[in-house]
Amino acid sequence: MAILVDKNSRVVISGMTGREGGFHAKQMIEYGTNVVAGVTPGKGGTEHLGVPIFDSVAEAVAATQADAGLIFVPAPFAADSVLEYEDAGVPFVSLITEGIPVQDMVRVVNRLKTNGTTRLLGGNCAGIITPGECKMGIMPGHIFTPGPIGLVSRSGTLTYEIVWELTRANLGQTTCVGIGGDPLPGTRFIEVMQMFEADPATKAVVMVGEIGGSDEEDACEFVKTMSKPVVGFISGRTAPPGKRMGHAGAIISGNSGTPQSKVDALLAAGAAVADKTSDVAELVKAALAKVSVTS
Amino acid sequence: MKLHEYQSKELLSKYGVPVPQGDVTSDPAEARAIAEKLGGKVVVKAQVLMGGRGKAGGVKLFETAADAANFAKDLIGKRLVSNQNPQGMIVDKVLIAETVDIAKEFYVAVLLDRATQKLLVMLSVEGGMEIEEVAEKNPDAIVKLNVDPAWGLCDFELRKAVKDANLPKEAHSQMVSMIKQLVKAYIESDADMIEINPCALTPEGRLIAADAKVSIDDNALFRHKEYAGTTSDSAEHPIEAEAVKRGIAYVNLGGEVGIMGNGAGLVMQSLDEINAAGGKPANFLDVGGGAQAERVKACVELVMMDQNVKGLFINIFGGITRCDEVAKGVLQAFDELDVKIPVVARIEGTAAEEGRKILEGSRVIPAATVQAAAAKIVELAYA
Repeated sequence: MAILVDKNSRVVISGMTGREGGFHAKQMIEYGTNVVAGVTPGKGGTEHLGVPIFDSVAEAVAATQADAGLIFVPAPFAADSVLEYEDAGVPFVSLITEGIPVQDMVRVVNRLKTNGTTRLLGGNCAGIITPGECKMGIMPGHIFTPGPIGLVSRSGTLTYEIVWELTRANLGQTTCVGIGGDPLPGTRFIEVMQMFEADPATKAVVMVGEIGGSDEEDACEFVKTMSKPVVGFISGRTAPPGKRMGHAGAIISGNSGTPQSKVDALLAAGAAVADKTSDVAELVKAALAKVSVTS
Repeated sequence: MKLHEYQSKELLSKYGVPVPQGDVTSDPAEARAIAEKLGGKVVVKAQVLMGGRGKAGGVKLFETAADAANFAKDLIGKRLVSNQNPQGMIVDKVLIAETVDIAKEFYVAVLLDRATQKLLVMLSVEGGMEIEEVAEKNPDAIVKLNVDPAWGLCDFELRKAVKDANLPKEAHSQMVSMIKQLVKAYIESDADMIEINPCALTPEGRLIAADAKVSIDDNALFRHKEYAGTTSDSAEHPIEAEAVKRGIAYVNLGGEVGIMGNGAGLVMQSLDEINAAGGKPANFLDVGGGAQAERVKACVELVMMDQNVKGLFINIFGGITRCDEVAKGVLQAFDELDVKIPVVARIEGTAAEEGRKILEGSRVIPAATVQAAAAKIVELAYA
């Protein structure tokens, strides 16, 4: 079991014939991801990395029954690409592209929410991986290993950092979800926490947040009700207010988006909070031990 | 990208928002002509993007065009220093505008509401002070209105909002139109914030944007060519301006430990670890995904431009970024820059072995973990 993607996922990639998309498509195929199609307008009928290329998502879906999309197209065309997946009836699409105008995301996110047929992950995210089954993103596959821990994060590289600690501590992962560093993510912490809570294979969840917005605080309202232990980590604890820290969404504005508010919310929800990334694995072990004693 | 006040007012004026008449210049002679055209009674405002501009002596009222021109002459080319910006900024342009008689001051803003994932209009009769202060002391004085992404704002919602905000009656219909204009300007110009504070009601009952702050979404600048070439003007620090030109995510933080890492999350973690180890970070710098040696070299150069830097901390977890490329770039930069400060690197992930090998025998001290690396660089930098 896992969430969102598994070995049965049939993946179609937009921008697969480009430099970035091609590099990662190759890595995904080598990892064992079932990449069934690529989409590049004008290149329909050709083949790339042994995968058929189509002019549109709709044609790709009709020919291959793809049910998961991954987008690498440049930022000016990213919103259009997401809507193309929705129109083609693809239930899940992950948007890797960084630098998408926020107005585009306002329209996309609200339309997807209203229609309710397609879930968007990202943009500006590392993607999603169910170790050993499906890697749909840009993460280095070799650091992940199957196991009982769910992970959700706004940051790609911090995911790698913490997963590397988990894997070396023999704590494998069910699914690791990158929700991305933009201010308007298609999928938010709370939704991923709900999925992990419902997934029987996930025994504990690691939530990696950062400064900016209040999605961590909102998710903590649900964490309070969870049966599974949660370990949190918040980055940017010493970042100055009013300065954007690389991610478009990583900014403390006035009194909102402060690290303290997120740490407090996690603690109030009964989660353990790691001060350092190197403490996460120990806290997860302790939390799992406590669960097995009480149950 | 924060716009200067004159750019903000030009933008809003284009959408029909009433703003004080005036013009911007870098030329004292032209300043006099502008002031004369406005009748001599004017305000002269330094166009620098820093907090505390007024207290730093960058804003003054005048009764005659000659006095205004003299002040403008002194101001242009001068470095203004404030508490918020101790190193100061050089004034390149001044805005000369008609003065506005204010009977009442309001607050109106359009911004992105991350919680509802929609635009938000905020309106209050408590104008002229920081909105955060109002939110704390008198939250009921702020009326909030979400903008439906498909429908926009309806007139009935706006009529209710101005009434709920307790705006005086003579301002109602003017404020309804102003909000509609602001929302249109926000969407079409890809703003991420528009703030009118104060929005003034004159004794004659005219509503006017006495001050205006607009910032444009950096991600949308590709479709707003009108700002091409001015993006680095709005940087708040000279090295940040250089970073904009080089397309590197860099923020100056004023400390002594230079930081270079890959990925925003990992770099934020690096800042936190340097602070935890008792040091002060000099900067945030993300080399970006998949950086080649050439780009890494440019990043090292950027960090080293800061004269306060006493040590360099490199934190890489290679995913799409290859550690050997990073190592090559670092050494190339050291060769050219004659680096003398201590350097500690934590290198993990894709091609980490190769990367570490390249750095062997160089001045870069390897560390196994981020925490160990942070402790080491703080120890060396402050020795």
